[in-house]
Amino acid sequence: MDARLPPTPRDDPIVCPHCDAVYTLKRPSAGQRAVCARCHTPLITPRKKAGLQIIAVSLAVVVLVIAATVFPFLTIKAAGVQNSVSILDAALAFSDGWLIVLSLSTAALIIFVPLLRVLLSLYVLIPVVLDRMPAKGSRQAFRLAEALRPWSMAEIFAIGCAVALVKITDLADVSFGPAFWMFSALVVLVVAQDSFMCRWSVWKSLEGLRK
Amino acid sequence: MSGYVKTAREMGLVSCTRCTKVWPAGTETCGRCGKKLVSRDRKSLQRVWAWWLVGVMCYIPANLYPMLVTRTLFTTEQSTIIGGAVELLTHGAVGVSLIILFASVAIPVGKFIAIAYLAISVQRRSAASYETRQITYEVVEYIGRWSMIDIFVVAILSSLVQLNTIAAIQPGIASLFFALSVVFTMLSAQSFDTRLIWDVQGAAKGEAGNG
Repeated sequence: MDARLPPTPRDDPIVCPHCDAVYTLKRPSAGQRAVCARCHTPLITPRKKAGLQIIAVSLAVVVLVIAATVFPFLTIKAAGVQNSVSILDAALAFSDGWLIVLSLSTAALIIFVPLLRVLLSLYVLIPVVLDRMPAKGSRQAFRLAEALRPWSMAEIFAIGCAVALVKITDLADVSFGPAFWMFSALVVLVVAQDSFMCRWSVWKSLEGLRK
Repeated sequence: MSGYVKTAREMGLVSCTRCTKVWPAGTETCGRCGKKLVSRDRKSLQRVWAWWLVGVMCYIPANLYPMLVTRTLFTTEQSTIIGGAVELLTHGAVGVSLIILFASVAIPVGKFIAIAYLAISVQRRSAASYETRQITYEVVEYIGRWSMIDIFVVAILSSLVQLNTIAAIQPGIASLFFALSVVFTMLSAQSFDTRLIWDVQGAAKGEAGNG
């Protein structure tokens, strides 16, 4: 198709994606961080056994998401009337007319996007950690996982719960179902999984895929 | 500051903003992750302003229409964001109402102002503190997602408070506009190419060095 030679990548410099500053690449040892001197963006943040930790955390997240979605989440009691809801009920609260759009996106933001991101990173990282060839489509998978990062809002939903509780404790008795605790654990794990991951190292390990 | 920093553009290189791989200038797509490579995203500001404008437009109905419809034994009450907060204030819940005003009014408006400031400063090639602007950008990008908390609170309240005749809460149409406004503002912030902030510094130092 194209007769020109493909451009050769440069391996010695590293460039800050936020301010375009160039540095000579020197891999930090585990636990250290390479940070841009000009705008302080972290560039490389390796950790010991990060891959294995991320996989363990990811598996726990998958189990918790499924369980937390199905079990009752919060129960409200007032004047003898009781109502229990699951996270799915909360997400689907916007049910009439145009608001159904909002229902579907809420469900996506708090359940499906976090779940999908975890599954994608498992798909990408398991072969890497086992020292195998990266799985087919790993790069597309990791790309999608990264693009979805800002849209994974489980932790925001958790804080939203706290705010909602403050608002209605005067009105009625509210008690927590099992899913509430699962969801709290989930939030901690999702945040941990994100901070363990060194993007630079993952991309580096996906390099061997083509050719 | 650690002296003069060379940028990738000055060195005839272009880096991938997604996976940070470095390529010779003129390379069109990143051979590692497949992203289109541009040394500076010239159309970035157009996209920033377009999303920004839609975001602001959605924020107006979000404040005019009711966010929550509360039905108790005898009354049905529709409350807008500000109306609800003012009502809480008159009931003596100063803390909660201030939190609501801060989260639903101060933060969204602050984000609009911050993004507009960043875009204008780049267009006018302002030399205002690069670090401050980089931090401003990071704060806006980080906080953006957290505005969805309002929507989640509405979702939780309206699914939980369904106590037959005693009390019921329904979401109002403003929740849809508010959610859209948050999403568009996030897209606006994501479209911004922060490297444009730092270019002015490079140009200024270059001139100082020559003259």
